[in-house]
Amino acid sequence: MSRFVSVSRRDFLRTVPAAGAGLVIGFRLLDGDGLEAGAAPRAAGAASAAAAPEPASAKESAARFAPNALLQIDTDGAVTLWTTKSEMGQGVRTALPMILAEEIGADFSKVKVEQAWLDPRFPNLDTGGSSSVRESWDPLRQAGATARALLVVAAARGWNVEPKECVAEKGEVVHRASGRRAPFGTLVAEASRLPIPKDPPLKDPKTYALLGRAVPRTDTASKVDGSAVYGIDVRRPGMLYAAVVLEPAFGARPGQFDDAAARQVPGVKRVVPFRRGVAVVADSTWAAFKGRDALQVRWNEDRKVREDSASLRERCLAAVEQPGKVLRSDGDVAAALSSAARRVEATYELPFQAHAAMEPVNATAHVTTDRCEIWAPTQTPSWAMGELRRTLGLPAEAIRINVTLLGGGFGRRINPDFVVDAAEISKAAGAPVQMVWSREQDLQHDYYRPCSLHRMRGGLDAAGRPIAWSHRYVSTSIGAFYNPETKEPESDELGGAADLPFAVPNVRVEYSPVDSRVPRGWWRSVESSFNAFVVESFLDEMASAAGKDPLRLRQDLLREPRRIPYPMPDVVLETARLKGVIDLVAEKTPWGAPLGKGQGRGIAAHYSFRSYCAMAAEVEVSDEGALSVRRIVAAIDCGRVVHPGLVAAQMESAVVFGLTAGLKSEITIEEGHVAQSNFNDYEMLRIDEMPQVETYIVPSPEPPTGVGEPGVPVVAPAVFNAVFAATGRRIRRLPPPSGGLKRG
Amino acid sequence: MAAIALDVNGRKRQVDVAPDTPLLWVLRDILGLTGTKFGCGQSLCGACTVHLDGEPIRSCVTPVSQAARGRITTIEGLSADRSHPIQKAWIAEDVPQCGYCQSGMIMSAAALLAKKPRPQEKDIDEALGGHICRCGTYQRIRRAIHVAARATPAAAGFRSGTRPGGAVGGRENGGGR
Repeated sequence: MSRFVSVSRRDFLRTVPAAGAGLVIGFRLLDGDGLEAGAAPRAAGAASAAAAPEPASAKESAARFAPNALLQIDTDGAVTLWTTKSEMGQGVRTALPMILAEEIGADFSKVKVEQAWLDPRFPNLDTGGSSSVRESWDPLRQAGATARALLVVAAARGWNVEPKECVAEKGEVVHRASGRRAPFGTLVAEASRLPIPKDPPLKDPKTYALLGRAVPRTDTASKVDGSAVYGIDVRRPGMLYAAVVLEPAFGARPGQFDDAAARQVPGVKRVVPFRRGVAVVADSTWAAFKGRDALQVRWNEDRKVREDSASLRERCLAAVEQPGKVLRSDGDVAAALSSAARRVEATYELPFQAHAAMEPVNATAHVTTDRCEIWAPTQTPSWAMGELRRTLGLPAEAIRINVTLLGGGFGRRINPDFVVDAAEISKAAGAPVQMVWSREQDLQHDYYRPCSLHRMRGGLDAAGRPIAWSHRYVSTSIGAFYNPETKEPESDELGGAADLPFAVPNVRVEYSPVDSRVPRGWWRSVESSFNAFVVESFLDEMASAAGKDPLRLRQDLLREPRRIPYPMPDVVLETARLKGVIDLVAEKTPWGAPLGKGQGRGIAAHYSFRSYCAMAAEVEVSDEGALSVRRIVAAIDCGRVVHPGLVAAQMESAVVFGLTAGLKSEITIEEGHVAQSNFNDYEMLRIDEMPQVETYIVPSPEPPTGVGEPGVPVVAPAVFNAVFAATGRRIRRLPPPSGGLKRG
Repeated sequence: MAAIALDVNGRKRQVDVAPDTPLLWVLRDILGLTGTKFGCGQSLCGACTVHLDGEPIRSCVTPVSQAARGRITTIEGLSADRSHPIQKAWIAEDVPQCGYCQSGMIMSAAALLAKKPRPQEKDIDEALGGHICRCGTYQRIRRAIHVAARATPAAAGFRSGTRPGGAVGGRENGGGR
């Protein structure tokens, strides 16, 4: 039976219609914050606004009721969190219910997470920017505290005792004095009839029984027996499989096609054009692949505008000679440089990178004349919703987006291009269709981490103290790609450069976007992935020029606690916390310990996604120049830790991601398209190259901050600072040429 | 198209497909065994690994006609209840992140353990070196294989080093490069 729970607490906790007799509380996880954190584009914000679903009822409309998460407690005591956060390996299906369970006093083994879909109850919530725990922290605790207060009052009434004499723990309300206990399931009927309490108190963190413990992940069992359902595993009645032919060069549009041979392939049902390409629809993925290979498509394009990496590099080199937008100007850098006792200059370069999630791009769609249902491994159902409405001309309530597990995201699945493609193909084919890209297409039709080029100038005084820091850089801007008319960089392209944390009196940071037709997007840690490498490497160059120990120089330049504005509203870097992770890494390594022949040690630290991370790397370089990364000691200050095992896993993950980009992978452009095609020429780190990773967490009472991304930027500078220590050779372009690490 | 008889996870299955169809797509699209994953299509990443007569093979490049000659075991058939020592160790060590590559990793690790109950680090490098985990679970995979080895009778009494003091998730069996 459907009923309403009366919920009213600010705009945050509200009544929701509920099936069955359970207690259901709707609440709102913060959203839009991913925008600041670099996870969702302006276009996504606009799309989300356009996509805001019509309210379920006039009553709700009047109340502006738009929860995007639901907490449900059933009569059997099961606690369910409905959330639209996407699980892509980072552990949201473990961390988020932990926060909720702790605050309710629930038995964690009875807590489960269900994937919510975008409907009027769940608008506008995306996954990215290392923001899931941070932005869920307060709302989940407030929702949990509300549920706990209701359950306690319900139990207290039944026992005719004062609520304050009762506590909730392990799925029961307990009256301490009498020892009476009532399981949650027996209380939900009464609890759902009570008024929502105003500002129920949150638990004292000192009483936490669950948070801070490395409980088993909730999703592991399904990931060791093959039962976990990713986007590519979706099976629908009558579903067909689609393979696509995509543009051979960026910007090319499909023209006429010859499908005679493709239609001859057994199993091929239809060949249908869509906006971006041509699809072969068949009764199996393999038949669709074979049909695709037999399809002939003519492309409309201006071959004169085809790009290549060499000419793009020339343009970057020219652009970096010109003044850019001033992001920061302290003191007088020009004067300080000219008066410096010693000057250091260097140019750094980093290439495009692909996301290369292990699950190739795919989506499943069933589009009819008046409905659209999607099953997709997406990070941004709300952006997809907006694009689907525009493309299909359907209202939001006619579109349902089911988010599956993601076989890796890393930012690739922020862009909803593939969701729209699948919908167009399904509509044209008149059937439910699963579109699967080949690995080659996944690598060649990505939204790439921008390439960047940096001109660094530093000055030291006679005592070897840094007195001038000039960082001018250019990149194929993400902001310019999505806002071609303004070409304005977005704030999420400037982090890690403008917020230089070191106490240098004269600082100037400039930035310019460089035009390109290569699609760009948000790649795990975004701009920090290049800015941290440059800043932390160049600081090492300054230390070397000054004859100072690189750790000691960092500690000296961070000795006085300061607050540095980060290029996002209300975000501040606290240098004391950055020094904290550096000090911890130095202690745990320990920094001065002896090393073997050919070995070196390096350190780097960086602030991103509101967390502080430092790593020390120990490497060995053979006489032939072969690099082996032996050990990484990582420290992170990410506020209060929900699950230390997930934090350690993300540090290990960051090391592999950072080493892959630092040592092995590179996307280059030839004749307007990506030159690499598969894992043979876009190489990933393998198990035999995995260093020993040790993670240390700075205890902190601060609210939790990002974990998934902040480790990535630190890896490459720590490793190549260690390579410099081992060889005297400074690597300024990633990845280094093979054999390029011989002693200098 | 041809009628092909397969032995998959101990069951006889009949499929009607082109003989050159890779086993991967027969498993996934025809037999509904989606635990085996498509990663690269070129035998470069290991996500599609299954056993053919106990040997790990890449199903994305193995024609179904070739696979018809032996017993095929997929992740769904490794155990009925996640009780294989490798699966238990994977759960104990919380190995998977996104999990997409893990079916292949587990199949190769299980084959390794069957052959070498006490694998050395280089054995693990060889057995798993053809696999890619983009999430970077390699350290936990290595640890879990050692845990599974210790848990199996043939390896009883095998002991290795201890965790680095105080670190979270540090590698139990240090070194090993």
